[in-house]
Amino acid sequence: MRNFSFSRFMFWAGLTFLYLPMFILVIYSFNESRLVTVWAGWSTKWYGELFQDTQIMGAVKRSLEVAFLSATSAVFFGMLSSWAMVRIAKFRGKTLFGGMITAPLVMPDVIIGLSLLLLFVAFTQLTGWPRERGMLTIWIAHTTFGMAYATVVISSRLREMDASIEEAAMDLGAPPLKVFFAITLPLIAPAVASAWLLAFTLSLDDVVIASFVTGPGATTLPIEVLSSVRRGVSPKINVLASLIIFAVSMVTFTVWYVSRRLEKNRQKAMADDFLIE
Amino acid sequence: MKLSRLRRWSGETLVVGIPMVWLLVFFLMPFIIVAKISLAQSAVSIPPYTAMFEWADSRLAVIFDLSSYVWLTEDTLYFDAYVNSIKIAFFSTLICLMIGYPMAYAIARAPAANQPLWLLLVLLPSWTSFLIRIYAWIGLLKNNGLINNFLMWIGIIDDPIQMLHTPFAVYLGIVYAYLPFMILPLYANLVKHDQSLLEAASDLGAKAFTIFTRITLPLSKNGMVAGSMLVFIPVVGEYVIPELLGGNSTVMIGKVLWQEFFNNRDWSVAAALAAIMVAILIIPIMLFHRYEQKTLEEEAQ
Amino acid sequence: MAKASPTAVNTAEKSEVLVKITQVSKTFDTTWAVDDVSLEIKRGEIFALLGASGSGKSTLLRMLAGFERPSQGTILLDGDDITHVPPHKRAINMMFQSYALFPHMTIEQNIAFGLKQDNMPKDEITERVARMLKLVHMHQYARRKPDQLSGGQRQRVALARSLAKQPKLLLLDEPMGALDKKLRTEMQLEVVDILEKVGATCVMVTHDQEEAMTMAYRMAIMDLGKIVQIGTPRDIYESPNSRNTAEFIGSINIFEGRIVDDQESQITIQSPDLDTPIMVGHGVSTSIESKDLIYAIRPEKTMLTTGRPSQHCNWSEGIVDDIAYLGGHSIFYVKLNRTGKIVQCFLANTERRYDAPVWNDRVYVSWDEFAGVVLNS
Repeated sequence: MRNFSFSRFMFWAGLTFLYLPMFILVIYSFNESRLVTVWAGWSTKWYGELFQDTQIMGAVKRSLEVAFLSATSAVFFGMLSSWAMVRIAKFRGKTLFGGMITAPLVMPDVIIGLSLLLLFVAFTQLTGWPRERGMLTIWIAHTTFGMAYATVVISSRLREMDASIEEAAMDLGAPPLKVFFAITLPLIAPAVASAWLLAFTLSLDDVVIASFVTGPGATTLPIEVLSSVRRGVSPKINVLASLIIFAVSMVTFTVWYVSRRLEKNRQKAMADDFLIE
Repeated sequence: MKLSRLRRWSGETLVVGIPMVWLLVFFLMPFIIVAKISLAQSAVSIPPYTAMFEWADSRLAVIFDLSSYVWLTEDTLYFDAYVNSIKIAFFSTLICLMIGYPMAYAIARAPAANQPLWLLLVLLPSWTSFLIRIYAWIGLLKNNGLINNFLMWIGIIDDPIQMLHTPFAVYLGIVYAYLPFMILPLYANLVKHDQSLLEAASDLGAKAFTIFTRITLPLSKNGMVAGSMLVFIPVVGEYVIPELLGGNSTVMIGKVLWQEFFNNRDWSVAAALAAIMVAILIIPIMLFHRYEQKTLEEEAQ
Repeated sequence: MAKASPTAVNTAEKSEVLVKITQVSKTFDTTWAVDDVSLEIKRGEIFALLGASGSGKSTLLRMLAGFERPSQGTILLDGDDITHVPPHKRAINMMFQSYALFPHMTIEQNIAFGLKQDNMPKDEITERVARMLKLVHMHQYARRKPDQLSGGQRQRVALARSLAKQPKLLLLDEPMGALDKKLRTEMQLEVVDILEKVGATCVMVTHDQEEAMTMAYRMAIMDLGKIVQIGTPRDIYESPNSRNTAEFIGSINIFEGRIVDDQESQITIQSPDLDTPIMVGHGVSTSIESKDLIYAIRPEKTMLTTGRPSQHCNWSEGIVDDIAYLGGHSIFYVKLNRTGKIVQCFLANTERRYDAPVWNDRVYVSWDEFAGVVLNS
């Protein structure tokens, strides 16, 4: 019992540690003062200023675009590689494949960024493609590490799923592609959705890799934020941070609430059933 | 017969082949190019390094130019940066483990209905922006930041304590940013433990502490390894945290590489730094991969 | 419950054979999961593959379904070679051990799934689904999702789904494996009724001998990838052809011995375990060089008495070592005096008050000359 209450204490202390700085950040985003650390009364004026800032707004738009595209392609590749890892017992190069799909999870960003940039430069030199670095190269980079995360999420769901459900569909006359779209996809859909969200946030968040592989005119939000932070603390960044925290929290809790409701309904339906019988 | 076998084969080939080719081109090949460029010399050209193959007088010369590696040994800056990065990564992993383990344990032993929410609360910060969470600490740690202002206001100190741009700030930032990555695999491991094992141990007269050290701790080894690798490996190459919180006080290899590349525009030295970093990290990465596989196999049984 | 096969065993004509498996083998890496199996399944019969786990019975079933490809050999269905036909193109349907119901579809949709793949007109599908639901008494649950059903109900749905396409051959993989014991016996009979009603030919895989004997007309015992014996449940129980089969089905007492007197109409066997020789009331083909053989006798075919039998053979003396009271009958574990070998005897508890032997009583185990089986190995 002593053990238990100690860990509980650590849990709440740890949560406080994780949330307090973010909480203070949000409070100070409503600060009137230009000086971030001096409180000068409540105001929402920096929110207005942020939306006036065309440079930041442009970066937001580009980041959302690239995150949307790379999350989508990452999930597509993630589904293929999950299927390969889980459902195909063995194929040539499976060990190498497994290694390449887990390594991006831990590989430091500076290495991925630098090596991809050098690849793009070498490509341009040899083939003339890509003509210039920018959104396309960021999309490729983000797809590559996004698919590693997507594979982790999707393959764990696929592994839990009873393979005989797919076999049953095939047994009843559905060809492989039909099985995938009618049976597998609906059953792994929640995992596909969370893999997409994960790849999306990872892409939105990446500054190091994007800094390496980007080119003129393709400044994403994190690159913009980093250069602004290097110049010093700015109230606009506080506002931006608050908005990001707010958006992520909203999406997360909505997803959590909906999935809990669904689960509760299901359990209730089952309970009702046993009462009737 | 042949035809249907062929068709089945080509379907599987596509499923494996598409992601395989992508990874070979955009993940493996870059490393080969890094290795190649690290063996070139930096030059004033586009791209700024010398070629590996030279064709002159019907002779093909393959040039392995080790000057970048020699350069790295001539200045202790690089060696210190590697040692310092590993040291910081090691100790911050240890701190994460010490804080993260009890937290993961608390979640895993919470009532099943609460667990998803608690886990969500731990993971939520990592889904917001990494950069912004580090940024938040600048405002807190600065000399005229909130912590110093608060301490001076209540009269504990008269002059601000230097916290930003110290190793302390770097450790703080790393633990803050990477703690969720330690907790997630630990929780996933701890929650699978068979409660009846603990009951059996307690039935046999073991004290709570003995149960923990003799049963729970050894059983969670895979989770601890996975969590530690998820923290250690990326932290070795960390750039943002030493840049924003460490200032000039801490030299870490990720930052050195960044500066060589962006400030000094010395691509081949940057490539050599990356090649050595990969060489250092390859064993932890393989360890991480092996434990992942092991966990999957255990689940399959 | 063993049913007589509708056709005699050896006179099966070609048209009566639905499935013909010829010298099929399957290797995984270096192990032979199925080793040179040949088998014929007749139209309308329920055939059971019985064996321990790892005996190759599931692999054989999966080859029939098309999920595994034979390394060698051919499989004919109704005269057509289906050895390399993919599962979705076979007129064979399977009921899975886990039932494998599609969790995101209603019961109706589950049953309609296979019919939709054949592009059957909508109204026909509706009609067929309703008929299948009625057949398995599940019509009032049509709109439910599988996770709102109990285990027995799910099984009925799984059966209906695999019968909906009216397959030439139905495969059942451990059909009762996921049910508790009481429900199992109920469902065994019900499933047989349904299968007979629709006249389906059926191959089932099970490790539960009672299940195989209850449901199947004929069965094959598999061990280490090979078929050890094929026959009706009665054939296999009463006349096992090897020690393995005898020990696998039911309980049996085994005595090793050698022939001391070999005549056309009777033989005499001497066993070191027994006080008296074994007299067998029929001749035995002793093509083997060795005179050593095995005498196997089922516990219910022995008699247990407190008085010494009068005949000069087929009994032995011992003391009661243990008694298991099972309600309908009791199992006596008798320790033979000679070698201390433990012998099982069943005693039917036909009377409520009964003066049965108790622990450490001196008893005599005896049997008649047609009670046991002589085995070579």
